[in-house]
Amino acid sequence: MAESTAKTLKIREFPIDENPKHTYLNAEKGILSWLLTVDHKRIGLLYLGSITLFFFVGGVLALLLRTELLTPAQSIIDADTYNQIFTLHGAIMIFLFIIPSIPAALGNFFLPMMIGAKDVAFPRLNLASWWIYILGALFALYSIISGAVDTGWTFYTPYSVQTGTAVVSMTMAVFVLGFSSILTGLNFIVTLHKLRSPGLTWSKMPLFLWSLYATAIIQILATPVLAITVLLLAMERIFGIGIFDPTMGGDPVLYQHFFWFYSHPAVYIMIVPAFGIMSELISTFSRKTIFGYWAIALSSLAIAFIGFLVWGHHMFVSGQSELSSVVFSFLTFFVGVPTGIKIFNWVATMYKGSIDLKTPMLYALAFLFLFTIGGITGIMIGALSVNVHLHDTYYIVAHFHYVMMGGTVIALLGGLHYWWPKMTGRMYSEFWGRITCGVIFVSFNMTFLPQFIMGSQGMPRRYFNYVDQFQGLHQFSTIGSYILGIGFVMMAVYLVWSLFKGPKAPSNPWRSRSLEWMTSSPPSHHNFEYTPVILHGPYDHHKPMREFRMGVAQEAAGHGETVEHEKT
Amino acid sequence: MGNQIAEADKKSHLQHHFVDSDQQFESSKLGMWIFLVTEVLMFGGLFVAYIIYRSWHPDLFYLAAKELDTALGATNTVVLIASSLTIALAIRAVQLDKIRSAINYMAATVALAGTFMVIKYFEYTDKFAKGIFPGAGYTYDGIDHDMAANFFSIYYMMTGLHGIHVVIGMGLITWMIIKAKKGFVHSGYYTPVENTGLFWHLVDIIWIFLFPLLYLID
Repeated sequence: MAESTAKTLKIREFPIDENPKHTYLNAEKGILSWLLTVDHKRIGLLYLGSITLFFFVGGVLALLLRTELLTPAQSIIDADTYNQIFTLHGAIMIFLFIIPSIPAALGNFFLPMMIGAKDVAFPRLNLASWWIYILGALFALYSIISGAVDTGWTFYTPYSVQTGTAVVSMTMAVFVLGFSSILTGLNFIVTLHKLRSPGLTWSKMPLFLWSLYATAIIQILATPVLAITVLLLAMERIFGIGIFDPTMGGDPVLYQHFFWFYSHPAVYIMIVPAFGIMSELISTFSRKTIFGYWAIALSSLAIAFIGFLVWGHHMFVSGQSELSSVVFSFLTFFVGVPTGIKIFNWVATMYKGSIDLKTPMLYALAFLFLFTIGGITGIMIGALSVNVHLHDTYYIVAHFHYVMMGGTVIALLGGLHYWWPKMTGRMYSEFWGRITCGVIFVSFNMTFLPQFIMGSQGMPRRYFNYVDQFQGLHQFSTIGSYILGIGFVMMAVYLVWSLFKGPKAPSNPWRSRSLEWMTSSPPSHHNFEYTPVILHGPYDHHKPMREFRMGVAQEAAGHGETVEHEKT
Repeated sequence: MGNQIAEADKKSHLQHHFVDSDQQFESSKLGMWIFLVTEVLMFGGLFVAYIIYRSWHPDLFYLAAKELDTALGATNTVVLIASSLTIALAIRAVQLDKIRSAINYMAATVALAGTFMVIKYFEYTDKFAKGIFPGAGYTYDGIDHDMAANFFSIYYMMTGLHGIHVVIGMGLITWMIIKAKKGFVHSGYYTPVENTGLFWHLVDIIWIFLFPLLYLID
């Protein structure tokens, strides 16, 4: 690459085919052409379908939990089943839905397109990562069938060693899913380093990619530790190796250290890609250059770095030393700094922008509101004294749902709507999109705001029964969760409708300047029919659109398009 | 792009989404290094467990390490270091298009790896015979420490996971031998051999840490 950019490249503008006959969707036919595809776009859609399925399963489990909590005593399920359901809700939502959600689905689809590459660096590894994900899902399914798990998604020892439920198969599921996550991260890092188009310097990379890069670093560095942790846990159950089991001289707190060394950085695997989507949405729909490009880009890396130093804040009441608790608490506050930098930069981007309240932008605004609540309550429970009071209460439940759902899921939905025309070639219904966004925003707050109040008053998390005084708030929360469920059904209906009846999408409906919009909707099999050359940054809305559609002028140079076409 | 024409005769290995062989080679190598990072971190968890338990029970580690056969461990160390040399020579041979000798060097590596596993097998069975099993199955009473089982849990976890990697490495090198026999690798394309070599060096270096930490406690 370096060699070719040193020479002068002849470039010209390439027009975009607005009515493409050949797209990645009809390039090959048959079910196997999907299941065995190495096309990153199709793999992205495979992931999107899989995570949607598991989001549905996890969501139904959540509604069951909320229904049970309608009354202070038993309502529909018994206590043991309740324990299993909240464990499965957590495990499915985290390992099968939210960790792969944005990177593996939207990231897979758009990362190569945004850098003008034909594919990720290792397409077969990419496919393998999806199949490994499916294998992990099968392990999880096996665990559910053979007795489920009732330990909570954290599998804390010593209970996870003693319980009679199927812990080993579930931890093996987590082990396998970790590999899938690692392969995605590895692929992204190499792709971003090695496959960028001519002119696409690091300073011209869309911020979504910076966030995926930071995420990939966390995936690479944290996930292997989870692998060895769950492996040790499985060995503990199978052989009784006594590393974590106190009856054998082992140390359960060591398990918590190991577990959170992964699982705290993992929350940044979940949220940092959402930050990336936010940067795209806010700049595009404010029609303005992003404010503080480098601040946003580097704050993602800063979060990835600091995120590795704060795991002990999950263990303030677990018996770690007081000094550790103080240090971890102090470092936890630091994470708020790069996160705050992002929020302020997004708000500054909107300032005096020409804001277009399309559905994705509504989600972006919802994100700003909900994530700020989630983030600030996170700072509160990072404080030692407050944490001791609120530990293991609904306050924590509300906090991480505001961050994970109010943050990641809302950003995912924003990104889904934003890129829907590019992925499917169809426009969704803007009217129903906005209505649904409103429904989800209101019902989300109905569901989780009461949980902050209950938690601060002492309602413990994971409890099957509760004292009568909380019944009103619990019922309010449950009703909110039902409406939230209806919101998602509405979305499913209009999105599926748009697949068949939606109007054809233009190549660039949002007039974005980012590279993925400079090809047809849906894109062709190789993303671009030429080698894109990047002259401007992805948020340079003040530059003419045609300067963003440049490609290498001479035929058959670069990607070797004509030669390779028959083979693939 | 520049050397595309020069390599036109040998570019069947070039995947369609890469511009040229250099880009493909650099990508593969970077990917392999990142993978090795994940391996180091995975073993890192076990090393942390080792450090913690050793700092809590230094006497235990001192007593229990006497049960390990230092001579066999040292032999295995020499065997693995020798295998690292042979795989490095194999890579060099492929780069020089000496495919015949590359195959021989790789076969030697597999043989050395096999030797390592055989010695390991004798070490393990010797311990099993004494009743030194991982964890709850531990029945040996030759070590005067009530947490002796924990040391061997860590020992079995570390050497076991390492042993699995040796077996995987043997499989990969065998695969490379087949590739070399079919003429898939040559001086213009030796990426898979080089990456396998990187993996094998990692397996070697982990053992170089395991040997003194487990066998040479004084």
